[in-house]
Amino acid sequence: MRYAMVIDTLKCVGCSDCVVACQTENDVPIGYCRDWITETVNGAYPSIELELKSERCNHCENAPCVRCCPTGASHQLNNGIVLVTGDECIGCGACIESCPYDARYQHPDGYVDKCTFCHHRLEKGQLPACVSVCPTKCMYFGDLDNPNSEVSELLKKRKYKTLAPEAGTKPHVYYLI
Amino acid sequence: MTTSRRKFIKISALGLGGVAATTSALNMFGSNSYIDELVKENVAKKFKRTPTYCEVCFWKCAAWTYTDEKGAVKKIIGNDNDPHCFGRLCPRGTGGVGMYNDEDRLKTPLIRTTVNGEETFREASWEEALDLIASKFNGIKEKYGAESLGLIKHGAPGAHLEHLYKAIGSDTIAEPAYAQCRGPRETGFALTFGSWVGSPEPTDIRDTKCLVLIGSHIGENMHNSQVQEMSDAIDNGATIITVDPRFSTAASKSTHWLAIKPATDIALMLAWMHVLIEENLYDKEYVKKYALGFKELKEHVSQYTPEWAYGITTIEPEEIRKTARAMAHAAPSVIVHPGRHVTWYGDDTQRARAMASLNALLGSWGRRGGFYFKESIKVPKYPHPAYPHPKWGWHEIGAQYPLAQMGITTEVVKASIPNPENKYPVKAWLVAGTNITKSIPNQKLLKEAIDALEFMVVIDTMPMDVTGYADVVLPECTYLERYDGIRSATNREPSIAVRVPAVPPKYDSKPTWWIAKQLGERMGVGEFFNYDDFEEVIEWQLQKMGTSLDEMKKIGVKNYPRTSGPLFLNEDETYNFPTQSGKIELYSQELKDLGFDPMPKYTKHPEPEQGFYRLNYGRAPMHTFSRTANNPNLNDLKSENNLWVNPKVARIIGLKTGQEVWLKNQDDIISSFGIKVRVTERIRWDSVYMVHGFGHKEKQLSRAYGKGINDTELISKIAVDPIMGGTGMRGNFVTILTENPHKNTEI
Ligand code: SF4
Ligand code: SF4
Ligand code: SF4
Repeated sequence: MRYAMVIDTLKCVGCSDCVVACQTENDVPIGYCRDWITETVNGAYPSIELELKSERCNHCENAPCVRCCPTGASHQLNNGIVLVTGDECIGCGACIESCPYDARYQHPDGYVDKCTFCHHRLEKGQLPACVSVCPTKCMYFGDLDNPNSEVSELLKKRKYKTLAPEAGTKPHVYYLI
Repeated sequence: MTTSRRKFIKISALGLGGVAATTSALNMFGSNSYIDELVKENVAKKFKRTPTYCEVCFWKCAAWTYTDEKGAVKKIIGNDNDPHCFGRLCPRGTGGVGMYNDEDRLKTPLIRTTVNGEETFREASWEEALDLIASKFNGIKEKYGAESLGLIKHGAPGAHLEHLYKAIGSDTIAEPAYAQCRGPRETGFALTFGSWVGSPEPTDIRDTKCLVLIGSHIGENMHNSQVQEMSDAIDNGATIITVDPRFSTAASKSTHWLAIKPATDIALMLAWMHVLIEENLYDKEYVKKYALGFKELKEHVSQYTPEWAYGITTIEPEEIRKTARAMAHAAPSVIVHPGRHVTWYGDDTQRARAMASLNALLGSWGRRGGFYFKESIKVPKYPHPAYPHPKWGWHEIGAQYPLAQMGITTEVVKASIPNPENKYPVKAWLVAGTNITKSIPNQKLLKEAIDALEFMVVIDTMPMDVTGYADVVLPECTYLERYDGIRSATNREPSIAVRVPAVPPKYDSKPTWWIAKQLGERMGVGEFFNYDDFEEVIEWQLQKMGTSLDEMKKIGVKNYPRTSGPLFLNEDETYNFPTQSGKIELYSQELKDLGFDPMPKYTKHPEPEQGFYRLNYGRAPMHTFSRTANNPNLNDLKSENNLWVNPKVARIIGLKTGQEVWLKNQDDIISSFGIKVRVTERIRWDSVYMVHGFGHKEKQLSRAYGKGINDTELISKIAVDPIMGGTGMRGNFVTILTENPHKNTEI
């Protein structure tokens, strides 16, 4: 089992529904977020390109945040999900610094928080909140170890990229381009 | 500055006792929680779900409100069986919790009063506020007739007030949704096909092969099911053609983006029709069978070559030909989308006619992948006595515009300004669910009218700019806290949805059905409100529709089979379009008889002078009009608007992204607040752009106050559509001020 998220940038409209849905699902305090939208504009009028995409923790195979955590609060499950155990976290912020994606934030209660791939929903057989709410259905979620899963199929069929591959983190959020 | 009798009062003026009793999100999270605990807790969590339909915008998506054991609203999730949302709300719908949680909500009735010569509001009981409104309204009714009571409304609660108004004998009812928004396309399409476009638009986007968007920015407007279907169309490899001077999100998803010069869309459409006919690409059989006036149209557009249009639109002739062929190639699975907010230049009904004629030439109306024949189910009327017949109403007030199909707010505004010539004097307003200072242009006229009113009542959930002008303010509870009428929607199949309160009203707020009933009883029309709780009305209606409130509480949405015939034209049978002739009218005798062009023509519109830029405005996906600006969840995503400026313009003026500027329009009106610049290639050099709905003046809006610019205050020049009274608002030009013009004044 290797969980991964695939996001189709050709469909994402940057509406931020995934951001609000994450906030209400995961009690993320107002003013903070576990996922966010980036907008990239290239070219000059009228030959322009626009890319909108929803970003979050990449649940990296080679996760610098896990390696640098002094207490073991940051850890990785067998299915690839990277988590933080709040009461083991001393809030030192080393992981925040080490993440090339700026995916972690200091929760006002002191510990470090970030995307969990909605681990609690997966246990109930539900999709992550952001995936389930996205109005353009541009987000896909599943098991990369299963060659027939939707995410595996998409990565076979379509062109894709990952973010900051040069960091060597082996991210598990893929963007179809 | 002149002082007016009705001085704008900031809601916070007089001790509004009672600090907001909200649990902050932090506390809800728990202070020593950690993820594994949270996982276990979440898995075990038992939420209760209550059906509703969303009221954050007009799309009315059916949803479930989730509340926890303590009765706190946790989240709102779309109803899987709803054709408006297919189980997925938009960001505003998901963020609807913030509308309920907003600690700046109106909390208690307020009455205008004077303390030490200062006008202010004081808190009042519902008894007192309702008694006061009823006695004022009764007084006006006796003196001038019930017709002099005007209602300006938007959204689901408007229906309860409309019922009240009709019961007391007033039809002086209008909403900005018509003459400030989609009116021209309704009239234009009705003239051509015999029926309104309506909401949701009956566009078969999911099965289309070619979607043409003319200034319509789907994806930035989150008209939910349409956004979803556009995404399906992208998956299916549909051709998307977007015509917009701005590189909209939709433009970025398009096969062809035509970066048109603003205000020239009709020229492009005439040239497209020219190509379709000249190159024999139009649907000959369809036109022959269903349309009237093809000969005249052919003759009419023969002069409008792509070369002619190039000079006007700046779009290359080859591009015009190529896109026309792409449409024809996809036909009849093609949609020239009617758009939604279409009050632009005053010839908007004619532009809608051009769109409709294009669709007719392509044979897309009544065809799969084009427009389907929508159907809804009738909700039986809860019995009440017959309404009295008013002597005049919205129709007479707007009579100057022969094809207006609904009340024109701007005409109601004019009728409220005392004038001996005016046969239809409006003396009081009830404004519900619409912040008219941001939805009706020409603020000077609006203020003059408000100032002249004998009485004004505002019903809303939030303090808005408009609430400050009221004599009485009534706090409405949010949609999560109330019953409302059954949502019966037109779709591919009829469907209904119910709104059931998930939580009791917060503070001292009340549902509008209750307010209407209370006022009705006090105004002697109690027999029109023959129920104690609106729940009884819904229950009665649902029973008649073969279901019950109990069942609907479990399912939220009920879909019914079609009974009106097939979704698309049955080519083997004759079909009568609901026009006067029974045919699609490419040539409109009705328009001709009224003295208007029977076929659309291009008219040149004013252009900005040196140093001025056309003010364009639009939507952001996370906001609805001005009503969501203070919503904590949505404000978190976007707290202010920005001024989009092309880099060339930025270079000339010396602007940088993030810099604050102010705007002055052609009539020397200066924006109340500043706005931050966004230098971007996504906008033409002759225009600037901002998202509508910001620049709130109400200080009680702790997050939205003073953030960004209210585009409407800069819209003082209005090009009125002579056919139906729509107010064209895209002909305003602004210059950019880099120094704060209010440095020495307090707003
Ligand atoms: S909800 Fe979907 S479309 Fe909207 S921003 Fe997120 S990923 Fe993009
Ligand atoms: S997977 Fe869950 S936690 Fe991660 S961004 Fe999406 S909603 Fe938030
Ligand atoms: S489109 Fe969004 S805001 Fe409008 S009704 Fe649907 S969920 Fe609500």
